[in-house]
Amino acid sequence: MKRYDVIVVGAGPAGLSAAIEAAKRGLKVVVFDENAKPGGQLFKQIHKFFGSKEHKAKIRGFNIGEQLLKEANDIGVEVLLNAIVMGLFLDKEVTVKIGEEIVHYKGDAVIVATGASENMVTFNGWTLPGVMGAGAAQTMMNLHNVKPGHKVLMLGSGNVGLVVSYQLMQAGCQVVALVDAAPKIGGYGVHAAKVARCGVPFYLSHTIIKAEGKEFVTGVTIAEVDRQWQIIRGTEKHLDVDTICLAVGLSPMSQLLKMAGCEMQENPEKGGLVPICDKFGQTSIKGIFVAGDVSGIEEASSAMIEGRISGVAAAYELGFIEGKEVEEQTEELEKALLSLRQGMFSPGNRGKDLAKTEEDYDLSQNLLKSGYLTDEEVLKYPGVKKMKGIHPVIECSQNIPCNPCQDACPKKCIKIGEKITALPVVDESVSCTGCGMCVAACSGQAIFLINDDLDESYASITLPYEFLPLPQRGMKGIALDRSGKEVCSAEVIEIKSSSVFDHTNLLTIKVPKDMGMTARFFKQVQEVG
Amino acid sequence: MSKINNRSKNIGEFIPQSDDDLIICRCEEISKGEIRRAVHEGMFTMTEMRRYLRTGMGLCQGQTCGKLVKNIIAREQGISPLELEAAGSRAPMRPIEMKILGNEKRIGE
Repeated sequence: MKRYDVIVVGAGPAGLSAAIEAAKRGLKVVVFDENAKPGGQLFKQIHKFFGSKEHKAKIRGFNIGEQLLKEANDIGVEVLLNAIVMGLFLDKEVTVKIGEEIVHYKGDAVIVATGASENMVTFNGWTLPGVMGAGAAQTMMNLHNVKPGHKVLMLGSGNVGLVVSYQLMQAGCQVVALVDAAPKIGGYGVHAAKVARCGVPFYLSHTIIKAEGKEFVTGVTIAEVDRQWQIIRGTEKHLDVDTICLAVGLSPMSQLLKMAGCEMQENPEKGGLVPICDKFGQTSIKGIFVAGDVSGIEEASSAMIEGRISGVAAAYELGFIEGKEVEEQTEELEKALLSLRQGMFSPGNRGKDLAKTEEDYDLSQNLLKSGYLTDEEVLKYPGVKKMKGIHPVIECSQNIPCNPCQDACPKKCIKIGEKITALPVVDESVSCTGCGMCVAACSGQAIFLINDDLDESYASITLPYEFLPLPQRGMKGIALDRSGKEVCSAEVIEIKSSSVFDHTNLLTIKVPKDMGMTARFFKQVQEVG
Repeated sequence: MSKINNRSKNIGEFIPQSDDDLIICRCEEISKGEIRRAVHEGMFTMTEMRRYLRTGMGLCQGQTCGKLVKNIIAREQGISPLELEAAGSRAPMRPIEMKILGNEKRIGE
């Protein structure tokens, strides 16, 4: 039997963070992961993360994964891959399949960070090849460089559905429709907006009736549902698709904890069966901790903090640090965790029909129903000001925990304040240099630089652009509005790519003067030569 | 199992539905109709269903169908899925060949 101070199950954001904190305090730590690569879901997250600096905001998920791995390595954490934990037994004994053998390990503390698995929904044809979880599609394209399909329907408008839809387009797929049975878009408005302006239609209060095809998916039938989720006859629509992605929630993979005898609880708000634990992530069994999605579905940013908290707590439990130190060292972390659980999408607001932001601005109902702000609505928010010359336009209309834009502006023209869920305010008294740092820093791609006074008849729009091939300067194309509708012709007048922008290219297009506040995306019509 | 199930409750007759042939447990190829019928045959819990039909006993160990099966069992009895206990969890947590399961590495003995 091999002995360690701490055994961590799962090398995702929570597990690695826990391992790092425990190892920092002198504990001997081993991490098991059943996958061939560490990092859990982080390495397929190619988008920039939300949050604040301490949550590693505006860094892309896979880069956070690299950072965590390096940190774990540097501090002497042993990470064993292709190591499948088979059981968690009495006295924290763990059996692991490594190669062709079963190896017994024993830890003084065990931190379970096994994450979650994707939910499925059933409909006629749901077992056909071509129907897959949104996470599976993301794994295929972002880890294995395989295009999941050509024409995709996404079911589920939560952040997973929205983010993966966008990434499918980045991979070159056509997203034919985004469908959700709920009457409102579930994820962040900014995520919805970047999908909508590419021309993806949202079908809310709709569900899948059947996946068509004999051997594989050749199409799909969707239909509208009423308030009781019953299908309204006569509303059936056929769409040509070859892939159906399901983004209908996650379930904690908590079986190891149940097996170990931890007190469990069926909690729909947390996504299913979760262990009962204290604020340090300690379960009903002393020395068994949990962190991340296994203890309740959230996202990677909070998983990392939960991991760090349980790592510190494990160090205390084993006598490596004093009680006072635990309180001190976790206080900041708890604050950081709390700040992520604020705002419109916080657990406390789940299921509520909010009409106003925290600042008392009207929430856009169009954003919730169609995925974009209307020309009239957008003008009402504090990030959108009418200014002479080049200036930022921040189309951020919901209270979400995110503030990188505030630090991005070298002139300090964007203000959010202490509360990271507050809407960004553009300070009209500061003159904008047009550097574009804010455009690249916005994880929601909701910041644009507008110059209505480019010349007598044209305005310029600088927009974040994350598609390949990059358009070239001088190239003519079509400008799309927030809904993805073609509104005018546009010409590329500048492309800026810089390492500080971290692969968000700043595309500046020239459009007729009256289109400055309307055009929001550039559609290439010419081949890049 | 810690919950007591009332076995004498009347859940009515099994009524065939149009989607009864929908596969629910993919690994073991068990349909919605089979699960619904099993409830009427007295399988009121997840654990019983597992043993009776082998739902969730295949390669994915119920990772895909667990919630789906639970919802069907609950609806058939007219109760909330929250009232149903999850099926037991035991080693091995993942599918494994017997020759590996039996091949324990001896260290320091």
